[in-house]
Amino acid sequence: MPKIDSNKKLRNLMKKYYVKAKLGAKYWPFTKTCWITSGGPVEILIAMGITPIYPENHGAMIGAVKMGVELSGEAEKLGYSQDLCSYFRCDVGQAVTQKSPVGGLPRPDFLLCCNNICGTVLKWYEVQARYYDVPLVFLDTPYNYDGLNDDIVNYVKEQFESIIPEIEKITGRRLNEKKTKQVAQYANEGIKLWNEILSTCENVPAPMTCFDAFFYLAPIVTLRGTKHVVEYYKGLKKELEALIAQGKGAVENETYRLVWDNLPIWYKMRRLSKTLASYGACLVGDTYTNAWADNDINPDDPFGTMARAYASVYLNRNVDAKIENFTSLIKKYKADGFLIHSNRSCKPYSFGQFDIKDEVSRRTGLPGLIIEADMCDTRAYSDEQIETRLQAFIETLKERKEAS
Amino acid sequence: MITLGIDLGSNTIKTVVLEDGRDVLGSCVRKSGYDTKIITDECVREALSQAGAKFDDIKKIVATGYGRVSCDIAHKEISEITCHGKGAYFRMPEARTIIDIGGQDSKVISLSDNGKVIDFVMNDKCAAGTGRFLEVMATALGVALDDFGEISGKADKMIDISNTCTVFAESEVISLLARREPVENIIAGLHKSIASRVLALASRLRIQEPVVLTGGVAKNLGIKRALETVGKINIGIPVSPQTIGALGAALHAYALTLK
Ligand code: SF4
Repeated sequence: MPKIDSNKKLRNLMKKYYVKAKLGAKYWPFTKTCWITSGGPVEILIAMGITPIYPENHGAMIGAVKMGVELSGEAEKLGYSQDLCSYFRCDVGQAVTQKSPVGGLPRPDFLLCCNNICGTVLKWYEVQARYYDVPLVFLDTPYNYDGLNDDIVNYVKEQFESIIPEIEKITGRRLNEKKTKQVAQYANEGIKLWNEILSTCENVPAPMTCFDAFFYLAPIVTLRGTKHVVEYYKGLKKELEALIAQGKGAVENETYRLVWDNLPIWYKMRRLSKTLASYGACLVGDTYTNAWADNDINPDDPFGTMARAYASVYLNRNVDAKIENFTSLIKKYKADGFLIHSNRSCKPYSFGQFDIKDEVSRRTGLPGLIIEADMCDTRAYSDEQIETRLQAFIETLKERKEAS
Repeated sequence: MITLGIDLGSNTIKTVVLEDGRDVLGSCVRKSGYDTKIITDECVREALSQAGAKFDDIKKIVATGYGRVSCDIAHKEISEITCHGKGAYFRMPEARTIIDIGGQDSKVISLSDNGKVIDFVMNDKCAAGTGRFLEVMATALGVALDDFGEISGKADKMIDISNTCTVFAESEVISLLARREPVENIIAGLHKSIASRVLALASRLRIQEPVVLTGGVAKNLGIKRALETVGKINIGIPVSPQTIGALGAALHAYALTLK
């Protein structure tokens, strides 16, 4: 695995973000902190100087350091079912224990929830609004049953007209137009750069794997609309391009290129990446990190374009659109097959996967494998079972390669 | 030329000694226990003695099954999916779908016309639909597992077992016994339960006939009957269904010698 200098920058960026957020909320009375869902319009918060906090990103960190079971357990003790999303359970767990890799999240002044990713977040944010006794601001984005239409876009856009005054009232701050424009500009630049970074994996061999991308993703989710994100991604992109120029691949002897669907299995990143690399298999693309790469936010019409972007995020689209998207990623990245993570936690992401697999296989002529797991809850994972399936899958790919 | 295949399953260890990638000279099935290594050694020795061969005659060894990684005498380890595909195709080249019900997992494999694995599914993290399910029920019923096939042959109906969960199904069986339901009908119902579960798994692939049933559970004819009735398909059972994985491994070992 080639060395990436920008990783240090990323670590510092995220460390600074959490330290600032935590210290600010605790010691600086003018700080305003808002917990927001991963598909929420963070640009508004950034433009108003409000600190955004992402319990989902925090959940990923909890998963990665294998604290998922401990913190979910706290939620289960309170009576929440083990069948609920593990990000939710971990968030409840960290709220009541203040335990996590960063010692728990800072207390929110209010919550901003957008249901474009799932219905879970609505109940989740209601629970936390009650727990912290803070207001909940809600952006409703209807599911795109028959694709996106103007009614949906207008409906979402109109809500900005009510939620912005609501946030202004809660925080006592004003949203100014100039600042909004600038944030939209940075957001757009960040998204474009993120897209270009992911696209470097079109190169054979790919200069990074999705396991890397899962980490590089954090800034575009949490700090989108800031200059720091743009700067960090510019540096990263340059490094990846240099690797391409040197012909260096992330996986030695890249033989099988695979596309991944669904969230990462945070607590198994290292092991899975090692296992795959031992077969010469590289995850070159995935639907998850790409979900932040295809939006268009126009500084001249920030709310119109944001409404469109937020109403049509990947998880808010129907199964046909998901098939379409997955198929095009597989083609774009010249993949040999695909892996689908059936994620016990994330129902909207895992719904329809058997049909998706069949149809994507039919359209691409490539084999796919479904593995059952959970992004944070290690109890839903079995090393032996998954590794046998992966090995068998790679053996199938090998036979196909040899036959052609 | 002699090659050896070892299938280290969760329940049993199987070995097959093969000559020239063609003739099975010896095979052995042993219950796996505390010390896998010792049992594997015994199992290898037994198959070799049937074959009238010595350990040093073996050119290549391939291991498969859950214990495959820790088998230090093997030259290579290959997944049980690929091995079952190879073994079943060798025994029944017409096979297009393989249903394998093992101790802790069941799997369904689609084969191409030339015997390559096209696709496969396996059960996940649940013992329903596996050999373990039947083992637990045998204990609950106080009937030897080996007699399940014969006893269920006398059933006049298959009782619906509504729980797929092994633990809940066990208490359901106990209450059926308390209600004096005939044992043969309960066992037939258990077979139906497994069959439905496995067929649900199979329906994720396209079930193409001929279908063959492998794995230790294939020795139980009640399962075959249940699969045929519930799935409305014909099921073939190869010779020595339990050693198909080990046979596939031995075939792979032979292929290695040709490289
Ligand atoms: S259910 Fe899925 S989309 Fe919703 S919060 Fe959990 S992981 Fe995220």
